Amino acid sequence: MDYKKTGLVAGIEIHQQLDTDEKLFCHCPTLLRDTAGHSGEFFRYLRATESEMGEIDRAAQAEMKRDRKFQYYTYDTTCLVENDEEPPAPLNAEALAVCLTIAKMFSMTPVPQVHTMRKLVIDGSNTSGFQRTALVAVHGALPNGGQIETICLEEEAAQRVKDDTFSLDRLGIPLIEITTSPCMHTPEEVQQVAEHIGMVLRSTGKVKRGIGTIRQDVNISIAGGARVEIKGVQELDLIAEVVRREMQRQQNLLAIRDELVQRNASVDPGTRVDVTGLFKETKSSILKKAKRIEAVKLSGFAGLVGREIQPDRRLGSEISDYAKVCGVGGIFHTDELPAYGITADEVAHLRQHMNAGEKDCVVIIAGANEKQAGCAVNQVLMRAKMALGDHPVPEETRKMLESGSTAYMRPLPGAARMYPETDVLPVIIDDARWNALSVPELLAAKTQRYAQEYEIDQNYAAQLASSEKLPLFERAVREGIKPRLAAFSILSTTTELRREGVKVQDISDDAYLGIWHAVEKGRAAKEAVPDLLRSVASGTALEDAIAKLAPAVSREDLEGIVKKIIADRSDFVRQKQKAALGPLMGVVMAEVRGSVDGKVVSEILKKEIERVLAKGK
Amino acid sequence: MTGGQKKTGTYITGRDGMAVVKLDSGYNIGVDPDSCTFIERPVPASPKKTPLIPDRSLPDLAIVSTGGTIASRIDYRTGSVTSQVDAGDILTAIPELAKVANYRTTSLSTILSENMTPSIWQDLARAVYDEIKSGVAGVIITHGTDTMAYSASALSFMLETPVPVVFVGSQRSADRPSSDNAMNAVCAASAATSDLGEVAVVMHATTNDDRCAIHRGTRVRKMHTSRRDAFRSIGIDPIGFVDYPSRTVTLGSMAVRRGIKKLALHENLEEHCGLVQFYPGMSPGILDAFCGYRGLVIAGTGLGHTSTDLIPSLRSLIDGGTIVVMTSQCMNGRVCDRVYDTGRDLLNAGVIEGGDMLPEVALVKMMWVLGNEKDPKRAGVLMQKNLVGECNRRSAHGL
Repeated sequence: MDYKKTGLVAGIEIHQQLDTDEKLFCHCPTLLRDTAGHSGEFFRYLRATESEMGEIDRAAQAEMKRDRKFQYYTYDTTCLVENDEEPPAPLNAEALAVCLTIAKMFSMTPVPQVHTMRKLVIDGSNTSGFQRTALVAVHGALPNGGQIETICLEEEAAQRVKDDTFSLDRLGIPLIEITTSPCMHTPEEVQQVAEHIGMVLRSTGKVKRGIGTIRQDVNISIAGGARVEIKGVQELDLIAEVVRREMQRQQNLLAIRDELVQRNASVDPGTRVDVTGLFKETKSSILKKAKRIEAVKLSGFAGLVGREIQPDRRLGSEISDYAKVCGVGGIFHTDELPAYGITADEVAHLRQHMNAGEKDCVVIIAGANEKQAGCAVNQVLMRAKMALGDHPVPEETRKMLESGSTAYMRPLPGAARMYPETDVLPVIIDDARWNALSVPELLAAKTQRYAQEYEIDQNYAAQLASSEKLPLFERAVREGIKPRLAAFSILSTTTELRREGVKVQDISDDAYLGIWHAVEKGRAAKEAVPDLLRSVASGTALEDAIAKLAPAVSREDLEGIVKKIIADRSDFVRQKQKAALGPLMGVVMAEVRGSVDGKVVSEILKKEIERVLAKGK
Repeated sequence: MTGGQKKTGTYITGRDGMAVVKLDSGYNIGVDPDSCTFIERPVPASPKKTPLIPDRSLPDLAIVSTGGTIASRIDYRTGSVTSQVDAGDILTAIPELAKVANYRTTSLSTILSENMTPSIWQDLARAVYDEIKSGVAGVIITHGTDTMAYSASALSFMLETPVPVVFVGSQRSADRPSSDNAMNAVCAASAATSDLGEVAVVMHATTNDDRCAIHRGTRVRKMHTSRRDAFRSIGIDPIGFVDYPSRTVTLGSMAVRRGIKKLALHENLEEHCGLVQFYPGMSPGILDAFCGYRGLVIAGTGLGHTSTDLIPSLRSLIDGGTIVVMTSQCMNGRVCDRVYDTGRDLLNAGVIEGGDMLPEVALVKMMWVLGNEKDPKRAGVLMQKNLVGECNRRSAHGL
């Protein structure tokens, strides 16, 4: 595809959790918990409030269409700050330092004085109804010539357990948000930039690792389309696909608009009819349950509401998403009917009742009451009207579905969602603070250095640099462990053990180091490392494992010792022939101080004696 | 900005030598004022007010606002929260209130409650008296939570009321979506239209948004710096509850009912009264500062003690005409100075046992008693007599 022609413009926002000791605005640990271990629960209602400029944010207003009652789980590792029952502690200095370091790595300019803001979020993921966030630095450089616009330090939101229940363990973990300018023009470029930023972040050694600790939001627009923000792309590999599908969606929405205009299609609120009575005898379980059923006619829309705009997504899905904001389960439209228990007869009856021609599409809205159905009807009319207007691609925040397609979440938030966090004092970033920050080596540079200095294979070095165990490797090298020994254990041995089902995550860094030091000092053989790790992982103390398992002499070494002993006593061997085995056993065992299995000694000794005797013949 | 970066934004204020600027993204940053260039003056958004259409089927309530967190918003001068919103703004902010009653609003002051004074208590009592006299079904007083209990106590003594007089505030500022202000206000309005006939405080009963407790004005205390359910009845159970969102009011048997008392105002207060908390090693000289005061409440230890060293100073205060009332810093339980020698010595010196009165309630009562009774002996008797539920004859509740 010629992306230039489509006018694709994309930018990304990367959210990365920081691995600090404490949360951003309280002194709780940054620990994720099993929700089954929660120690308490409480519930609250959230209400939209005005910004200091006297406006209510449009995204917040959309959220307000529903009853906002939320349940929260507390833990023995959360406190009153997460509960929104205590003012926040000062901005975490460790988190700010990491954030500034990252800013420096991107050659950004810090703001002279950092002000913490409240970003209104009333979807329940923040007990307070806002997410605290602070703009820390602006204007950074990317290798593709693009720009990083801003870097912000934010608090992580609470994790949704189910529906309107949230878990407070994650709330308040420091998060940095890196926003690029709309500087990317192909789906692949978006993915590359995301990868590069991820690499830089990991280079600090101060970011959390694992699923959910980094999330990408993608901003996309094409010529004639609109800026759409897609939230929560967790897998890097999917970014390019998400961009491709969003382009497709916007192009199809533009095409549908052109066709609607050509057909002289229209949306008239006057077509709204209460059809509850019409479906009194229906077999459709959804309609049967509904207390109020309404229908609207979309003139000239037939066939287009059901047209696919993205894999598994239709204009009808978009309209349905808007209706769901009011709490209804979704909508039905005649492009997809008869189906879902609604019969052809019922459809024909409905069309007649609505005075709908072949070219028209009728949308059915089922609500729990008149208010809910009415709210959903208005949303349907609003979204349908957009489809044939000047801006058929609405500016939206969308969420990613599993495959890479997306669904509507809410309108794009405006600046009105920002309100100063009055409980946190501003922080000055002066030259002294900025200059004192040292910039860590990039993982890309590290890979090169490992390959050259330690003679580690390039691929291996790259794996090592991006490994979660990198700090362990660096510590091992500092402590004098041979880099290749550490690298091999970290990358190959643990992978093999993990495949065997060994709980390698239970092996502490100290245990690794203890084993390596034992090898370096000759207290354990290299070959024993997998057994030792296995043993330690199963809960055996390191010293016990070494005592039990470690042949202090490797097989290679043992063969050397045996060879030397036989060479020194070649006359004796020839004289005694195979009977030399017994006396020589004693000599070898004395040499290896009994730390090698006698069976192995006897086996090697036997082989060597036979070899010497065979040679003699 | 540093590094030659240019940004446009709205200048908000100057503070601590920095210019606070709101960028187009909504973020505020602080920059060197000299680095700012004036572009244009934006037209300020005109505040939107929802016009209220009275519902004649609903009772009329008066809202008297004194400020506090329930009515607070950002102050750009200091960057912190102050009270700048009048009662009308409260109605605009909490539309749910319109389901309960019709309101008329009076703004008495916009102060944080730590700046409250006895003379403002008097203004408040007069304003509430006037509202009740004009025929409202109840009065809501919005108040900062820090000293709300003091004011509630003061009005309990100054005002005899046939209708509910309900103090309400919020622990979490009104400018946050999670604020307790809306639920507290709705529950307060419900309590103000109920069968209650005394001065009360209505605030969250739990950390959930599920119910508010109705506390007697003379038995309530703020027991936590920040939690929503900070207000607790001490020594008695709450006199009622308001469920949310149903707004169902349940009154306890001890709650004074609507119409029992006739409206009356006794607004005199004697401000030359003090409250001092005893601590181990406290210098007797500290008490000398109260020389010339008409009354002094002591928050003593345990059953109501000070060190023996303080007794001569107390004696001389009392001999000089100061009434001294003993309460306990335990908060819960009753003072009894007849158990230990020190207590008996205190009684001998003329100290009056304050029963199970809360120390700050004893202070407010003392101001009111001395404002209305000039004879120290009769004043002493009144201090020990239950006037408006501040003294319990029985200790039923425990901890």
